[in-house]
Formats: sequence, C-alpha cells, structure tokens
Amino acid sequence: MPYTKRRRLVSSAVAVTLGATALAACGSESGDDGDARSGPVSLTYWTWAPGMDKVVDLWNKGPGKKEQITVTVKKQASGDTLVTKILTAHKAGKAPDLVQAEYQALPTLVSNDALADIGDGVGDAKSKFAEGVWQQTTLGTDAVYAVPQDIGPMMFYYREDLFEKYGLTVPTTWDEFAETARKLKKVAPDTDLTTFSANDSGLFAGLAQQAGAQWWTTSGDRWKVGINDGATKKVAEFWGGLVEEGAIDNQPMYTPAWNKALNTGKQIAWVSAVWAPGTLTTAAPDTKGKWAMAPLPQWNAGESRTGSWGGSSTAVTTDSGNKDAAATFAAWLNTDGDALNALAKEGGIYPASTSAQLSGAFTSPPEYFPNQPDFYQKAAEIAETTAPSAWGPNVNVAYTTFKDAFGAAAKNTSDFTAALDTMQEDTVADLKKQGFGVAE
Amino acid sequence: MKSAARPGSYRGRKAPYLFLVPATVLFVLFFTLPIGYAVWLSFRKVEVSGLGLGSGARKEIWAGLENYSGALSDSELLNGALRVLGYGCIVVPVMLGLALLFALMLDSEQVRLAPFTRLAIFLPYAVPGVVAALLWGFLYLPDVSPFSFVLDKLGLPQPDLLDGGPLYLALSNIAVWGGTGFNMIVIYTALRAIPAEVYEAAKLDGATPLQIALRIKIPMVAPSLVLTFFFSIIATLQVFNEPTTLKPLTNSVASTWSPLMKVYQDAFGKGDIHAAAAQATLIALATLVLSFGFLRAANRRNKQEAAR
Repeated sequence: MPYTKRRRLVSSAVAVTLGATALAACGSESGDDGDARSGPVSLTYWTWAPGMDKVVDLWNKGPGKKEQITVTVKKQASGDTLVTKILTAHKAGKAPDLVQAEYQALPTLVSNDALADIGDGVGDAKSKFAEGVWQQTTLGTDAVYAVPQDIGPMMFYYREDLFEKYGLTVPTTWDEFAETARKLKKVAPDTDLTTFSANDSGLFAGLAQQAGAQWWTTSGDRWKVGINDGATKKVAEFWGGLVEEGAIDNQPMYTPAWNKALNTGKQIAWVSAVWAPGTLTTAAPDTKGKWAMAPLPQWNAGESRTGSWGGSSTAVTTDSGNKDAAATFAAWLNTDGDALNALAKEGGIYPASTSAQLSGAFTSPPEYFPNQPDFYQKAAEIAETTAPSAWGPNVNVAYTTFKDAFGAAAKNTSDFTAALDTMQEDTVADLKKQGFGVAE
Repeated sequence: MKSAARPGSYRGRKAPYLFLVPATVLFVLFFTLPIGYAVWLSFRKVEVSGLGLGSGARKEIWAGLENYSGALSDSELLNGALRVLGYGCIVVPVMLGLALLFALMLDSEQVRLAPFTRLAIFLPYAVPGVVAALLWGFLYLPDVSPFSFVLDKLGLPQPDLLDGGPLYLALSNIAVWGGTGFNMIVIYTALRAIPAEVYEAAKLDGATPLQIALRIKIPMVAPSLVLTFFFSIIATLQVFNEPTTLKPLTNSVASTWSPLMKVYQDAFGKGDIHAAAAQATLIALATLVLSFGFLRAANRRNKQEAAR
C-alpha cells in the first residue's frame, strides 16, 4: 500500500514539473529543407489568424506554384502562448520557417536569436507601410525582422443613441472624457461611461503610447525602462482618479457581465481599436447600428494622436533553411492586393499596408456599423496618426505585472501610480536578473 | 554436475529481472528522466549580455541554488501558499464532513432512492474542473447571476462572491461541489464492507442508529477517511483549474494566486523555465512532506490503537 501511494503522489508531482518540459515535445517538423534554393521548397507557417489556410491556398495555387514554394499553415494559439512555443521549438532548432508575432513580442524573439534578418528578401516592402509601423519591425536597427501584417489603431466607440438621450457630446480631449463620465453618473447613476479593465495590458500600453510614453529605449548597450515616466504616470493618474471617484466602472472586460453591460446600455462607450466591430458583434449583438466611432480623445485640444492596441507581423525564423523563400512569401502575404483582400475577408484583419486600408473589403463599413459609411476612411486617417511605440525584450513581464498590480489597484480603488511603480520595478528587476545591461 | 546445473539456475536468477525490464524502462523514460530534467533545469539559468539582441547574446549557465533561494525569498510564492492554506482549511473539512455525512445517510436503513441519490451526489465529480469553474463563475458574477437577480427582486443585498473573503468561499464551493461525491463513494464502499453481524451485535446490545454510526461505523471506516484526507491534501496543494478559470472574471484573482499558478506564470508568462522548475521542485517536496507526514501520524495512531 505505501508503495502504490508513493507512486501516485510522485506521479502527481511529476505532472507539475512536466509542465515546464513537456513543451519541448511539441516542436514542429519543418526547417529541414536544404540550404540553397534548388527545386521545390516547402515552408511551414505558424499563425493564429482565422482563415489563413485559404489565403495561403491563393499563394500555393498562384505565385507560389510559379516559384515552386509551397506553404503549409499550422494553426496556433494566439499571442504570448505562441511566443513561448516558438522559443521552445527554437531551442530544439526546430522552429517553423514562418511565424506570426505581435509587434511587442519581436524584441523578445530577436533577443532569443529566433528571428532572421530578412532585409534583403522583402524587396521594397518598406514603402507600403507607415513609418511608425515599419520601425517596429526593425527595432531601430538596420535589420528587418518581420513584415507588418495588421495594426490596431485605437479609437473611441460610443452608443450614439444613448449619448443623445443623456445629452452627452463626444469627448475630444481626455478632460472632456472625464466630464462626460461624471455628467453621465449624474443623469443616469446606474450607467457607466466605460470601465477601466486590468485584464488586457495592450489597452493600457496603447493609451500610454498615445500620451508619448517610451517604455523601452536603448542607450549604448543598455536598456532604459521608462514605464513610470511622466506620460504614463499621467495616464495612470487619470484612469485611477476616475475609478477612485466612481465615475467609471472597475470591472474587467471580456466577461459575461461586461458583454451584458454593453448589450443593455449599462456601459455606453468603449476605448478600443479598429477591430472593435468584431468584438462588439459578439458581445453586444442587440445594439448593432447604434454604435459610432470617433477618434480617441486627446491630451491637448487640437492634437491628433492615437496609440495602437494589437497588431501583428510575419517573421522568418533563424531555423528556416529557406529564409529567402520565406521572406518572399511574407512580403507577398502582406503587400499583395489579392492576399490582403483575402486576409480581410477570411481573417477579418485590418491591414498594416496603407494601400490596402481603403480598398477591397474596406470600401464599405463593417456590418455592425451600417450607420457610419465612412468608417474605414476615418480609420485610415486615424491610423496615420499612430504614435511611435517602443518595445523591449521583456514586455511579457511588464504585461503580467500590469494585470496583477492594476487589477488589485482597480479592485481596491487605490493609487494607480503605486501600481505603475511596481510595474517599473518588476520589469527592471527582471532585466537585471537576466543579465541585460540596464541604464538607471 | 556443476556445469549442468548452472544454466538452469542462471536462467532462474535472470528471469525476474527480465520481467522487470518493461516496467523499469517505462519508469525511467517517463518518470525518472523528466523529473531529473526538471531538477537539472532548476539548477541552471539564462544569462544575457548587453542589449541581448543578436546571436550569442544569451547563454545557459549553472546557477547553483540561486533559483531555489529566489523561490524561497519570493513573497508572492509564500503568499500563494498561505492563500492555498486558507482555501484548504475550508475545503478539506467541509468536503470530507459532507462526504462522511452523505455516506452514513446512504448507508442507513431508512433511506429511499439510494441508487439515484448516490448517483446525483457523485455526478458533479464527472464534470471537468474547468467546466465546473466556468459554470459557477457565471453563477457568481453579480450581473449575470440568477441568484443576484432573485436577491435583487426580493430587495436583499447581493454579496459579491468574487471579492475578498467570500472569494475563498466561492472557490471552496466549487471544489466541495466537485469532490464530495468521489470521497463519499470511497467512504460508502468501506461502509458496505462492514459485516452485518457487527450491526446485529450492536442492536442486540441496544445501540441506537446514531450510536452505531458514531461508535461503530466511523471507527471502522477510519482507514478510508485517512485515504480521502490524503488525496484531498494533495488536490488542495495543486489547486490550479478553478482560480485560473475564474481569473478573467474578476480583479481579485491574481495570476499568481496559488503556487502552481505562479509556476505556470513564470514558465509560460515570463518564459523563465528555470525559476519555474525550482518552484515546482519545492512544491513537490512540500506536498511530499505534508501528505506523508500526515500518513505517518495517522499510521502511528492506528498502531497505538491496535496495541491497546
């Protein structure tokens, strides 16, 4: 009896420790195609974009057939999960040829030597993108580590009908935004303008970006972390103040309760990004046609700047045996008109390529916004005003700390700047622990 | 003579080892090696130089006990352990108490519809933990919960179960709901194994049903109680599904709420598998010490009683 008990116990203990190692087994089977281009080439592509297999079919039947490059899509989980998986596969030398990566994950991947410099392979792709977008794929160096795919310029969404009903005007500055929230509380105490949600760090990062924050910069061979810089502090104090005085809600988004609040008009606005129509369609199906989009409120009247929330790129890994072929495909996927049209149609993505932002699927408004025919014209104008972003090699640590620190601060309606300091300290401590050069 | 005897005796000595080979190979492959690898990882770390960009900027080096000292001095891991302790103090007694009560009630002679009741109590155990947590999560969220709706209509206050102290009750409730059935079946099976003569003798001596339950049944199923307690301690220390599933619904559950969540977060959120491996090893050790400490204490008592 004691023996069997012990075995059971150890097996449950191993289940714990295994978690850390099991991932190594989930590598891919690509990356073994010879060195130089001779004859047909087959590439593997890890992506989470829905419908990507159909877009890739276009390639395999069209330009890919001519160039004898066949791409196979392997559907993956999105975001951070995929970063971990790529890094693990890369450790084993078995990362796929092509991967989808969010912009903020690029430094992490590059710092692990997982991404190849494809500057020579993507041709004149640079000219198709806004400068601020392209700069994210070079990390400020001469190398090109990815081709931008989609972007998420931030906007302000609000219930047009309820704004009218409550006598509110669309805020153009953050001060007006705060006034609108307070006014709404007076007119309809059960209703909130919006919520401060701590469960998606990308939102806060985008808001800080709009305010001019530069979270990671380099000086020489040292990283400088500015998460609690003046711009971000301003943003944190603003939202913390609104939560503290009860002018807005403090519950997380993407919960059943949040869906209900949007659907029933308990929350009447949402600071979001260009992909919001998709989310609203599932979260608030009954209010279709009642929402409208406006530019994000500004810190100073007359300015027009926005941040970005989301967006990703296509990168080639250092494990690929056919980096040039992979780069050719990555460039085609994100700059070719047909490919971008199919991406928009099948995957519902908003293209980073400026020429595609007003063509094909983007000539008519999203189905959810029949009342705003110029939705995508406006979106393209807003996208142009995106502030530059600055990502570093441990965004994942900053993001995790954000969720916990700001989650607790929102819950206790306590000091947001203290939470911001925690975020800064943890991020710097992690960099130092790993051995990065850090400038104080 | 000697040479004739040798092959037979040799084969005879070898046979047991041959039979052991499959088990040994499997044990080493899927047991010793992964654990060994995790322990090996826990003694190493990655060191980056400069900006950490480009090849060769990152290498794995020997860390000694650094990961362990880091884990032991990490207040978040300790806080997680304390939270789980508080959670366990609710879950284990309530779950086992209810399991014992239900088992005794099912075993009593007056019970009707016993098979149906047994199944009904057991059924939640068949619901996967993640599904159970989602289901209860919806019931807890004030804005969508039918309970809040009813309380609101009755003009009663609606408690926020996903916050502060009530959060522990909310999480414990999910575990109790899911685990009581299983433990009840274990205890009930032990109850059924008690010979009928024992009850007869007790009745002849004039014992009431309550006395039979307290003086005969409970002492006789003590080994099962020990076993279920043992399982429950392990399950409690490894709590992960429920808080992880509830986490997106509320600000109150941090991503490092329980020690295992912290391990997961460090391994897959922060990408530091070395620190995670060290923490996992510590948790495994703590689980070992706690559960076997309990078993030894229980056995010692049993032996004392047997000696009496």
